[in-house]
Amino acid sequence: MAKLVATLASTHHPFYLKATTAPPEQQMPEAPTWKRKIEAYRETLAKAEPDVLVMIGSDHFHQIFLDNCPQFLIGKAERYDATFYNEEREFGIPKYVLEGDEPMSRFMHQHLMNQNFDFAFSNELKIDHSIICPIITVRPQNDLPVVPIYTNIFAPPLHTPKRFYEVGRAIRKAIDDYPSDKRVAAIGTGHLSLELGGPRQFMETGPDPEFDRQAIEWLKSGDIDAILENVTHESMAQSGNATHGFLNFILMLGVAGPEGADYVDNLDLFHTMEAYFTWYPKEAAA
Amino acid sequence: MSKYYVNKFLYTVDRDPELLQRYIDEPRTFVATWEQSIGPKLLGNDVEASTVHSLTHEEREALVNHDYQALFEMGAHFFLNLTLFIGIYDEPYMNRSGPLSFQREMAAKLQHWRGKDYPSVET
Repeated sequence: MAKLVATLASTHHPFYLKATTAPPEQQMPEAPTWKRKIEAYRETLAKAEPDVLVMIGSDHFHQIFLDNCPQFLIGKAERYDATFYNEEREFGIPKYVLEGDEPMSRFMHQHLMNQNFDFAFSNELKIDHSIICPIITVRPQNDLPVVPIYTNIFAPPLHTPKRFYEVGRAIRKAIDDYPSDKRVAAIGTGHLSLELGGPRQFMETGPDPEFDRQAIEWLKSGDIDAILENVTHESMAQSGNATHGFLNFILMLGVAGPEGADYVDNLDLFHTMEAYFTWYPKEAAA
Repeated sequence: MSKYYVNKFLYTVDRDPELLQRYIDEPRTFVATWEQSIGPKLLGNDVEASTVHSLTHEEREALVNHDYQALFEMGAHFFLNLTLFIGIYDEPYMNRSGPLSFQREMAAKLQHWRGKDYPSVET
């Protein structure tokens, strides 16, 4: 059976590449610290020596739109293009091609369906910054095949926090049951408190620093009970209109299991709190 | 209710540099063209068209006037409403007033929504 060797959950920040590759005199003051933290986080993946990456993100209305919007979707393709025109325009993220692992996608899709999770699938999925940002940060050599999974965190109605956790558990089981000797790392990205297109956007901190501190503590201790008791769609909206990206952190805690994280770091940036977590599995999913 | 159609406008224009330039250059003409010949097309299909959507007068005027405040208040999706107007205004604002100046002006114009439930973006 395949072996899950690491679970990474982090925020994704599309400005990272531009912020850290600009000429030094044009870089924001936080850029050197940001780069150091990312390189330390990258090492938590490298030391696990993965063969394949299961990557969880959320399309930001780049390929998926409101005419046909799945709650959960798995990519099943031999390779994936990445970066849309408007992301190049806004963030300076270049084009990428990611190799897929179609047999693993196929297995996981069937396994998730067998667990009663109705995943949509795509044979032509173009990846956006929710998945290319973590490639840039934790695997910039882009040398591993990926199984991409998209969640809907943007277009109401959204699934419940509990369902996101359960999907994470199901993904973990599908990885554990994959008949292969591959070493698998799961990497998912989302948000802490975040506001986009609203009155609290691009302030000096994220819109709800108190939620950010609390969320980091919950994830650090793996306290899914506290998360499910306290985090609702309404509470996330109060913390910022794009805070629903926290659902992907909940999903990743499902992949890791309700355990304390082995690596935790964060960085307060100009309009959002960055956070980085890694869990190394203690045992297979029940 | 045509919130979907407003979002479809924002979505189709934001992802296409040629459409974006036309929207910058001649917004009233472009919105009319979009409504007649681009909006009705099914996404990913140049042959089939839909007959079931149209913009309201208020929505049409908000799009013509690049009125992102009105669009926010009508429940246009916050991400689409932000990224399209970043595509139009970020660079000129940055050249004049520095990084993120457009984004901060947009936030300033929406300050009266702080502490309130924002208009729903559900379609």
